[in-house]
Amino acid sequence: MVDQRSDDPSAALARYARARKKRILRERIIEGVLFLAACVSVLTTVGIVYVLLKESLVFFTKVPIWEFLTDTEWTPLFAEPRFGIWVLMSGTITSSLVALSIAIPLGTIIAIYLSEFAGHRTRETLKPILELLSGVPTIIYGYFALLFVTPLLQRIYPELPGFNVLSAGLVMGLMIIPYVSSLSEDAMRAVPMSLREGSYAMGATKLQTALFVVFPAALSGVASAYILGISRAVGETMILAVAAGMQPSLSFNPLEPAATITSYIVQVALGDLPHGSIGYQTIFAAGLSLLVLTLCFNLAGHWLRRRFREAY
Amino acid sequence: MSSAFSLARAFSLPLALLLGAAVAPPIQAQVIRIDGSSTVYPVTEGVAEDFQKAQKGRIKVTVGISGTGGGFRRFCRGEVDIQSASRPIEEKEMAGCRAAGIAYVELPIAFDAITVVVHPRNNWLKSITVDELKAIWAPEAQGKINRWRQVNPAWPDAPIKLFGAGADSGTFDYFTEAIVGRSRASRGDFTASEDDNVLVQGVAQDVNALGYFGFAYYAENQRRVKALPVSPGAGQPAVLPTEQTVMAGTYQPLSRPILIYVSAKALARPEVRQFAQYYIENTARIAREVKYIPLETAQYKVLLEHLAQPKLGTVFGGHNEVGVKIDEVLRRPAKL
Amino acid sequence: MSRPLDPAEVRALIRRHRRWDLMFGILGLISLAIGILTLLTLFIDMAITGIPRLSAEFFTSFPSRRASQAGILSAWVGSILVMMVTAIVAVPLGIAGAVYLEEYARRNWLTDVIEINITNLAGVPSIIYGLLALGLFIYTFGLGQSILTAGLTLALLILPIVITTTREALRSIPQYIREGAYACGASRWQVIRHHLLPYGTPGILTGVIIGLSRAIGETAPIITIGALTFIAFLPPVPFTGEPPAGLFDWLNSPFTVMPIQIFNWTSRPDPAFHQNAAAASFVLVFMTLGMNALAIWLRYRLRKNIAW
Repeated sequence: MVDQRSDDPSAALARYARARKKRILRERIIEGVLFLAACVSVLTTVGIVYVLLKESLVFFTKVPIWEFLTDTEWTPLFAEPRFGIWVLMSGTITSSLVALSIAIPLGTIIAIYLSEFAGHRTRETLKPILELLSGVPTIIYGYFALLFVTPLLQRIYPELPGFNVLSAGLVMGLMIIPYVSSLSEDAMRAVPMSLREGSYAMGATKLQTALFVVFPAALSGVASAYILGISRAVGETMILAVAAGMQPSLSFNPLEPAATITSYIVQVALGDLPHGSIGYQTIFAAGLSLLVLTLCFNLAGHWLRRRFREAY
Repeated sequence: MSSAFSLARAFSLPLALLLGAAVAPPIQAQVIRIDGSSTVYPVTEGVAEDFQKAQKGRIKVTVGISGTGGGFRRFCRGEVDIQSASRPIEEKEMAGCRAAGIAYVELPIAFDAITVVVHPRNNWLKSITVDELKAIWAPEAQGKINRWRQVNPAWPDAPIKLFGAGADSGTFDYFTEAIVGRSRASRGDFTASEDDNVLVQGVAQDVNALGYFGFAYYAENQRRVKALPVSPGAGQPAVLPTEQTVMAGTYQPLSRPILIYVSAKALARPEVRQFAQYYIENTARIAREVKYIPLETAQYKVLLEHLAQPKLGTVFGGHNEVGVKIDEVLRRPAKL
Repeated sequence: MSRPLDPAEVRALIRRHRRWDLMFGILGLISLAIGILTLLTLFIDMAITGIPRLSAEFFTSFPSRRASQAGILSAWVGSILVMMVTAIVAVPLGIAGAVYLEEYARRNWLTDVIEINITNLAGVPSIIYGLLALGLFIYTFGLGQSILTAGLTLALLILPIVITTTREALRSIPQYIREGAYACGASRWQVIRHHLLPYGTPGILTGVIIGLSRAIGETAPIITIGALTFIAFLPPVPFTGEPPAGLFDWLNSPFTVMPIQIFNWTSRPDPAFHQNAAAASFVLVFMTLGMNALAIWLRYRLRKNIAW
C-alpha cells in the first residue's frame, strides 16, 4: 500500500531525518540537565571543602600540623591550649563502633528476616514501623539516651558516669538500624525469584538460601546500606552532644564521657566564642579532619563494592 | 514530547520558587531583630513578648540564640539590631564593628550570679572561699586534687566529683577568671555541659559533687541542690547569692552583668528606640520572673540617659572584667 | 566411592537445618522486637509527660516566657513551610542526579568521583552544612535568614540519601525491562520516564521518606543559619497576596522550627518548660509519623504494580 501523504519517498526520508535530529537534540539536552543535577553534589562538596579549608589554613599557620596530629590532649579553649585531634577522633571512632556493633548485626538480621522469612503482611506492616526509628529527631534521641537509657544502664553497672558514650552509642545504633535494614531488604527483595527457586529446588532451607544465595547476590546493595549507616554514625551530632558529655579524652572506653568531633563543633559554633578567634577556627580544622576520615573509608567501601558487584 | 515536558515540569516548581523569592520584597521592614546569648535569652524573650502585646502586633520582634560569638558577628555586619551578650564585646569584635562602621550603645541590663552548689546532704561544707575553689579548679589540680581532704584536712576523705560549664561558654570564661585568676585556665577533668539542667542533675545525684552554674538554675532547683556562700578572701564573710546580696554588690566575685548592645543605625528607627526604652523600663520586672537579678531603679534611669545621648561604645575595653560595680561602670567613658 | 545415603541420616540433617531455620526466625523476631520496643518506649515516655500539656491553645499560641502560655504555633507552621521547600528542591534534584548516574554515566573516573562524593556527603555532620549555608546562601547569594535558605540547606543535607536510595531502586529493576523498551524503539529518556521511574517509585519514596524525616528533626544547621527561637508572628500564607511578589514573600520570612523550640525549652531551668518540651517532642514525632504514613501508603499502593 502506498502512503497517500507522501508519494515522494525522499520527502518522507527528510521528515524522518528531521524528527530524528530533533529527538537526538532533545535527548542530549535532557542528559545535560541530569548531568548538572548530578554535579550539584560535587558543587556541594567543593563548597564545603572551600569553607573548611579557608579557615583551617589560617588555623594551621598558628598551630603546626604535626602538633595537631600527635598531641594527646584537646583543650583548645583553655588558657594553655592543646590541639590533639586524635582525642576527638577517639570519641568519634568509639561512638561509631558502639553504634555499628548494634546497627549492622541487628539491621542485617532484620533485613534477612523480613525479606526471606516474614509473610507479606508482616513485612509491609513492620518495615514502615521500623523506619520510624530513623525518623525520630536526633535531639529527642539525645535526651532519651541521657534521661532514660543511662539510668537504666546505671542499674546494671552503678559506676557508670551520667555522661557516657555507651548510652549515646546504643541509641545511635538503634536509630541507624532502619538505614541498614530498609535498604538491605530492598536490595534482597530485588534478587529475582528464579535464584531462590533454584536453591529451594536443590533442597536448601530458607536460611541456607538466604545466607548463601540471596545475601551474596544482593551484596552490592547491602554494602551500600552499610556504608550509609557508617556515614550516618560518624556524622551524628546531637545525640552525642546531649548525652555523651563534652569531656575530650584520648580513650576508647565507651564507659566514660567523651567529646566527638561533631559534638565539639556544635558546642563551639553555637557558643560564646568570638568568631574569628583561634578557638573558633578549631572547628574548621576538626571538620576537615572528619571529612578526610569519611573520605578514607568511603574510598575503601567503594573499592570493595566494585569488586563484589554481581550482575544477574 | 510529553516526556521532555515532564522533566521541565519537575524542575519548574523549584526554579519558580527561587525566582519568586528573588523578586519578593524582604520582610525586614517593620521587624526588630535580636540575636545573641542563650543566657540572656529568657529576659529578652519576656521583653519582646510583652512589647509585642503592648503594641498589639504592629511592631514585630524576633529573637535568635546563635550564641554571644555568633550574635556579635551578625551584629557587626548590621544583620541584627540588638545583640544580647553574657560578656562584654571583645577586641576582635570591636575591630569588626569598627571596620563595618557599626556604632553601638552598651547597656548592662541585669545580673546573673554564678552559684556554687553541692548536694543537699553535703554536711562538711557550710561555705567556701575563693582560695579553696581555686585549689579545686586550677589547671594544676588536674589529676592531683581528687579528694576533698586534699583541699582542706577538715573535710572527709571522699572523691570530688566536679560539674561545670562548657569551655566555650561565657560562664566558664567568667568563673575561671574570677576564681583561678586567668580566663579559661581550668582543670580539664570535670563533667562539662552546655545544658545547666544536666549539671543540676549531676550534682543532685552525687553526695560528693560540686558544681557551678547560673543563678536561675539554682533558684528553680533549691530542693535538689544546696548553694554555698562564697567568701571572696581570707577573713571576709561568706555571702549567699540572693537578689539582695547581688544587687548590693556583696556577692563577689561571682556576680556578672549581662548586657545588650543596640546598634546606633537601628536606633534611628523609631520602633527600635521605643523597644530599647521599653526594655530598660521593664527589665526589672521580667528579670525577677525568670530568676535573674535586676539593677537598681536609679541605675536604669542612667541607662535611659545613655540611650538618649546616645553614649556610644564599650566601657570594658574589649575584655571581660570581674567584680564590676554597676554604679562605677555607668560612670566610665565609653570607647568604640 | 560414595556410600549409599542413609535415610535416617538424611532425616536428621533435614531436622537440624529446619531447627536452624526456626532459630533464625526467632532471632529475627527478637531483633525486630528490640527495634520496635525502643520506639514504643520512647513514644510512651514522651506521651506520659507530654500529652497532659497538649491542648488547642498549645497549638495556637506563640512562645512565651510563661510556660503555661507558651505554644508551638510559629514552630509547626515554620516546620511545614521549610519541609515544603526542602521536598520541592531535593526530590527533583535527587532523582535527576540518580538517574544520570545510573542510566547515562559512563564508567569512568569522573563518575567514580561523583559517586564517592555522594557517599562522603552523607557523612558530613549537619552543622557543617549550616556553616556552608551561612557562607554561601546568606553571605554570597544574600538570601537572608529565611525559609528559603533553610529549605535549601536541608535539601543539600538530604540529597545524598535521596540519590543513593533512588539509585538502588533503579538498580533493582531487571535489565529486561529496559531491553524490551529499547527493542520497541524507545529512546533512553523514554525508557526512563515511562518504565523505570514508575517501577522505581516505591524505592524512591523510601529514600524521600528517610530524607525528609531526617530534615524535619534537624536543629544545629538551622540555628546556624539564623532560625529564631522567639517569633510571635507567622510568615505570610504561601501563594496568597498579589502576584508576582505576594506569591513568594513567605520564602523570605524569618521563621522557627519545632526542634529549636524543643531544644530551647529543654535547657530552661523551669520544669514546666520541660513538660512543654515533652509535649512538643510528641507533636514532632507525630508530624514525622504523618509524613511517613503518607509516603508509606503511596509506596504500598505503587508496589502492587510490580510484576516480577
